[in-house]
Amino acid sequence: MSNFMAQWVYSPVVKDHFMNPRNTWSEEEHFEADGVGEVGSLACGDQMQVLIKVENDRVADLRWLTYGCASAIASTSMMSELAIGMTLEEAYFLSPERITEALGGLPEHKFHCSVLGDKALRAAIDDYLKKNGKPNPWQSQVAKVICECKQVTDIQVEELVKSKEATTLEELEKLTGYGTVCGKCKPQMALLFDQLQHLYHV
Amino acid sequence: MEQTIIYLDNNATTPLHEDVIAAMNRANELYGNASSMHAMGREAMEAIEESRQAVRDLIDAPEGSIVFTSGASEANNTVFNLFRERIDLGSKRNRIVTTTIEHPSIIEMVAHLRELGYTIDLCPVDHTGRVVMEEMEKLMGDDVALVSVMLGNNEIGTIQPVKEIALLAHHHGAYVHTDATQAIGKIPVSMEELGVDYLSLSAHKFYGPKGIGVLAIRKGVPFAPFFHGGHQEGGKRAGTYNNTAIVGMGVAARIAREELEEESARLWKLREMLREGIEASIPNVVVNGSRDYCLPGTLDVSFPRAEGESILLYLDLEGIMVSTGSACASGSLEPSYVLLASGVDIELAHGSIRFSFGRYNTEDEVHYVLEKLPPIIKRLREMSIR
Ligand code: FES
Repeated sequence: MSNFMAQWVYSPVVKDHFMNPRNTWSEEEHFEADGVGEVGSLACGDQMQVLIKVENDRVADLRWLTYGCASAIASTSMMSELAIGMTLEEAYFLSPERITEALGGLPEHKFHCSVLGDKALRAAIDDYLKKNGKPNPWQSQVAKVICECKQVTDIQVEELVKSKEATTLEELEKLTGYGTVCGKCKPQMALLFDQLQHLYHV
Repeated sequence: MEQTIIYLDNNATTPLHEDVIAAMNRANELYGNASSMHAMGREAMEAIEESRQAVRDLIDAPEGSIVFTSGASEANNTVFNLFRERIDLGSKRNRIVTTTIEHPSIIEMVAHLRELGYTIDLCPVDHTGRVVMEEMEKLMGDDVALVSVMLGNNEIGTIQPVKEIALLAHHHGAYVHTDATQAIGKIPVSMEELGVDYLSLSAHKFYGPKGIGVLAIRKGVPFAPFFHGGHQEGGKRAGTYNNTAIVGMGVAARIAREELEEESARLWKLREMLREGIEASIPNVVVNGSRDYCLPGTLDVSFPRAEGESILLYLDLEGIMVSTGSACASGSLEPSYVLLASGVDIELAHGSIRFSFGRYNTEDEVHYVLEKLPPIIKRLREMSIR
């Protein structure tokens, strides 16, 4: 348990988006998505789904669902407002910083764990491109989150393996905390680690 | 329009009782240093001794056992520190046993001591948060110095079989401490009956002031002060007496004792009203903790597919104050260790809300909560991933 009063350090914009989230998905609407992306997990405490409609290589419309805290709800809501109308490329590189800025800031510790909207959006675009047999020129340019709970990305792991800071999975765990919350990322991390070891040191 | 405020976070802290406020206002005049020999000092000391007696009566503690501290955290730390000192001095009893669901002032002390190399075992609890006695038995031995088990849990309200544990531990020659902070004023607490050697409590959990508490120490058991530097409390705890707070605690203790039976029944009734109401109006909820061994005013509920911090903040907007075991609210990623230790699923832990009642809550307030809560859960679930 902890003290929550101190946490109402949310900006008025965050509060507004939390109380009146925009563009949430609802059954009755029969939203027909061209791409669907999902990130996070219930075990991590934040899970998010983004559905997009694409027209002329733009995000024509967007709906989302989330299980998460106030800042997860508010940041996804804000993401939806920013993303609608963007070209797919713009949307792909919509950063968490940009979302946070538009919200008028988030408490420091909220930034890392709860701003997942951009990642879900990216996953939705990936899905759209894949479904339509289109090339995905951007995927290799962005870091992929392997451990959602601790927000450990493939790029981060690559650096640690390359520099030999992490020579075993145990060391990697110590350095990044991956796998210490829900644990679901362990197999994937082990695989990635093996591949990288192979790539750099064998 | 006046904003409704429904305070259901009494396990976190309680408001001051009006009689406590009045007594403390008067006690502010008692500026004499209670350790001084002159009239002003004696007057302050008299008030302090009166409070000491009131606390002693409240917990049915042996003569000469009450030592004032800044609260239960200090009292808990004092006990662990004193056994650490004994271990340092070469005691053959060099192991401490406690549980996985203690208050952070013990859990974090344990982590710290372990880092320094001390051996501390944590007894697991069952799915209701109760100590598993067979496991406790397995942890006993002639190398155990101290067994520390809280009486009532702050988060899920589970009451521990402290009396049985004390018997068992004493049988193996270990000393026994209980953190009774949450139980005071809610269930009868008798140090004699429990048979423990050390007991911690804090005034602000029973309508007394913050920053004052007690460590009760049975005569003849080991002791070493945590604070050095004065002869107050027979050398057991240095520091000038906080006259006002001690007087406030004394009054709170007297009221808690006088009204215990009635208050306990009232809290349980409110708790059950809310529990039944929630179960009747919201599908798919899980009540955490123990049905049979529960502090009367505590209700901890998990709402699958609705996240705790969001529930808390939506309730806050309606003027209802609760707390949550959700990780998000604490700024960490791990949800409540108490729930996880009780084998509660991690997802359920994220969606847990603690309602804790106190003397100023009413049935009308329960109705108000039952009106506001279901739509909040429904709304969050609609927004949540299926
Ligand atoms: S994804 Fe949960 S621990 Fe890595």
